Amino acid sequence: MLENLSVGTLSNVSLTVSAGQVVCLSGPSGSGKSRLLRAVADLEPHGGRVSLGDTAQLDVPAHQWRSRVVMVPADSQWWFDEVGGHFPDDAKARLPSALGFPPEVMGWSVSRLSSGERQRLALWRALSLRPESLLLDEPTANLDNDSTEAIETWLLDEIRSRRIAVLWVAHDPGQIHRVADAHYRILANTLERVHGSD
Amino acid sequence: MEVIDLAWWKLGLAALLVLALAGTGYLARLGITRGLLIAAIRTVIQLALIGLVLEALFASSAIYWIALMAVVMLLVAGREVVARQGRRLQGWWAFGIGTGAMFVSSFTVTILALTVVIGPEPWYAPQYAIPLLGMMLGNTMTGVSLALDRLNESVWRQRAVIENRLMLGQTWQQAMEDIRRDAMRSGMMPSINAMAAAGIVSLPGMMTGQILAGSPPAVAVKYQILVMLIITVGTGFGAVMAVSWGGRRLFDERERLRLDRLVKS
Repeated sequence: MLENLSVGTLSNVSLTVSAGQVVCLSGPSGSGKSRLLRAVADLEPHGGRVSLGDTAQLDVPAHQWRSRVVMVPADSQWWFDEVGGHFPDDAKARLPSALGFPPEVMGWSVSRLSSGERQRLALWRALSLRPESLLLDEPTANLDNDSTEAIETWLLDEIRSRRIAVLWVAHDPGQIHRVADAHYRILANTLERVHGSD
Repeated sequence: MEVIDLAWWKLGLAALLVLALAGTGYLARLGITRGLLIAAIRTVIQLALIGLVLEALFASSAIYWIALMAVVMLLVAGREVVARQGRRLQGWWAFGIGTGAMFVSSFTVTILALTVVIGPEPWYAPQYAIPLLGMMLGNTMTGVSLALDRLNESVWRQRAVIENRLMLGQTWQQAMEDIRRDAMRSGMMPSINAMAAAGIVSLPGMMTGQILAGSPPAVAVKYQILVMLIITVGTGFGAVMAVSWGGRRLFDERERLRLDRLVKS
């Protein structure tokens, strides 16, 4: 999937994520994890090649690439007043119960959501686009332990059943152990595979 | 009706009033004295010079002098658009986009009004062309600079929202939708307000001038309606072009938001 990618201080990053697999990325803050995800989503100028199956990033218009390779940032943004405005109609109806929201949530105003609630809804917003690949930037950073595990289980279910290739930035070794099929750590300016994490 | 010419010394009386205001400001420490005096002196000098230039221009009526005058007016307006933006595009883009938008909209609309609507002989007769273009440029300049300022500032403030919308597979046009609408609204607001208040709250300057110069009010009113309509059209199309070109430049060929192309002025 990534070949000799370079962005910011990172260079020559190569890795492959298969469909339905989760690859975790970890590293000290400021080491360029988020920028790496942004480069994969083609939000930042970068060197090297990224491809999804047979499709190279540059072969399709950027917005089409991003609707197949969807990134969920650590700090999700909401621009309409009501939650429902951010979701396509079918996604409103099929709100997964694992998220822990009542069906009325689509009528709520965004300002009353807590940061954890926004984060969970942002994951559903991304999944409802039916992406082939997901880039998750610390998707459970604002959640407590119980809901973190519930969200992990739900996400893994969706990832396996929809066969989504996932790059997942995480800090918590416990979470990496629970979700990762493979784990890479950013060391100095490059990626290093961590063995024995799975 | 004979037009009363103003003697220069009579303008001195008006200038004395400005001095009185400046003196009041100075004594009461209102901090307006310096700016007021400089602006007043600039007005007198600039308008006196333009009076001479226009006299010469009207006497010669050669199209290349008129074209030169029009170009100078356009370039000064372009510089002013750049100066009025809090954040602007790097390099020549800010000047180019502002000037280009003003050129296309105000020149097209002015030429259209001259050839089709008013129809002086020749169509570029400076008595009509220069004042009309001046009013068009002055208003388009305000519209374009307000729209571009709003566009750049909103994009800067809402970069996280724009990028999140891009991450969800939206095109750059979709991601900017609200901002573009806001920028258009602020660019058009002065013209729309002026049209709404015209004749009730304010008697527009051109019409007042024409009546003072002895035109029948019915004629002056028709000219004023024409001018207000074409000013709004020119401002509107100018703002549309500036916002769409400026918005395009804030994204690159891969639809990435490129805030590194904005500088604070």
